Amino acid sequence: MDNFLSQFLQQLINGVSLGSIYALIALGYTMIYGIIKLINFAHGDIYMLGAYFGFYATTKLGLSFIPAIIFAMACASIAGIIIERIAYRPMRNAPRIAILITAIGVSFLLEYGMILLVTPQPRTFPAVFPATVYNIGPLVVNNQQIVILLSSLILMAVLTYIVNDTKAGKAMRAVSFDADAARLMGINIDRVISTTFALGSALAAAGGVLVGVYYNSIDPLMGMMPGIKAFVAAVLGGIGIIPGAMIGGIILGVVEAMVSGFISSTFRDAAAFGILIIILLYKPSGLLGKNVREKV
Amino acid sequence: MLKVEDINVYYGAIHAIKGISIEVNEGEIVALIGSNGAGKSTTMRTISGLMRPKTGKITLDGQDLTNVPAHKIVGMGLCQVPEGRHVFANMTVLENLELGAYLRSDKDGIAKDMEEVFKKFPRLEERKDQVAGTLSGGEQQMLAMGRALMSRPKILLLDEPSMGLAPLLVKEIFNIIKEINASGTTILLVEQNANMALSIADKAYVLETGRITLSGTAQELAASEEVRKAYLGG
Repeated sequence: MDNFLSQFLQQLINGVSLGSIYALIALGYTMIYGIIKLINFAHGDIYMLGAYFGFYATTKLGLSFIPAIIFAMACASIAGIIIERIAYRPMRNAPRIAILITAIGVSFLLEYGMILLVTPQPRTFPAVFPATVYNIGPLVVNNQQIVILLSSLILMAVLTYIVNDTKAGKAMRAVSFDADAARLMGINIDRVISTTFALGSALAAAGGVLVGVYYNSIDPLMGMMPGIKAFVAAVLGGIGIIPGAMIGGIILGVVEAMVSGFISSTFRDAAAFGILIIILLYKPSGLLGKNVREKV
Repeated sequence: MLKVEDINVYYGAIHAIKGISIEVNEGEIVALIGSNGAGKSTTMRTISGLMRPKTGKITLDGQDLTNVPAHKIVGMGLCQVPEGRHVFANMTVLENLELGAYLRSDKDGIAKDMEEVFKKFPRLEERKDQVAGTLSGGEQQMLAMGRALMSRPKILLLDEPSMGLAPLLVKEIFNIIKEINASGTTILLVEQNANMALSIADKAYVLETGRITLSGTAQELAASEEVRKAYLGG
């Protein structure tokens, strides 16, 4: 029993740190969906780009962890804005399926474009800070897990503040609720969409750098699986709902860790997609999703 | 002040507005009346920039609005309260009003206008922290109007302000419209409730299937046989 409990707590720690990275990526999915109703399948690749920006910031520019993560977030924001401007904006009035296919195309372009550019070889992400392992009784926590969790929490708090309390955030919520009414308030929709892509991409890039630090290895296809997992997390929490993405990400991370710890890590992905199937069958609007709309 | 000259608007292949011209002078209340599908809302949406005319010209105080994007038109002093109110139902009353002042940065002026709005609509002040989606239809109409006033418009476009409201409330809303006009805001009003509209308007236009069929002072139209038969119930 004691053994079970310590195993459970250990997996909880692992799960929460993995889950907070899913949450960072899921936030971008959910924000972009909220604003232009697009499942941006290239979002996982922005996370990969972020990891590479972080990699070059540390290896070529010699930046330490915090400047490197900020650099990666800034570069990814610009990449996100450019992608939206070039690939999605011309499709704004096209049928939903067309823009979805465009997103898949952008995803391939980024993945194989990067393979061409940096070769498919995995790179070793430099140890930006030495790993220290803390033993708390039978539990093992390393400082990287703490950094991942803290960074994620800080970023989520900043995002929550931006969305709820700043003018730009209010504009985002207005556009996401009713774009025409927002235009009648003088809100420039194009600029709000760009801001959303910038914010979402920055969070994904932060996730990419954190994963690079944690697993020490990055490659051009590293965004595929986490991208889809984060999509599951966003749907789990309720797509379009910001706190939903955070909760969905953490739950998904914990479930995966538990399945790996108690059953087998080969079932990890099956568990994630099992969750997707269950949520789509029984509560397609997600955990925090409501089907109520305005009273008329 | 607002001049719409011979605009033609299409929904795809459908020719919705066929050469409409409207003129609104400063300080006036002008009403567009007509039945469902006559093109009243389309005309409003075109003026506020949500739709584009294929041909024709729209000017505000001599400035060309025809190809200005909707969000910039607000800054030029023209604000529309859309049909069906379209308040941000997931935000509080206060946040809705703040969004109305989105383009402004004069904090003191905004605070003063907010007070003015609350004076006109005391019920909004009572409910300022309530989520807009939980307001009644009449309150939502008030919020939509208050929100538009927060942009400090020279001319306010009201699309069906009486829609779905109880007669007593319609009266209240129209009294407030008169009040807004009296304090210096020009008004262009679209209404199916022609009686009400003609009772407060200076001038009116009658729309039928995308064309203006009649126009004149409100008194003239209210007295006209045609209008009475078609829109005033005899």
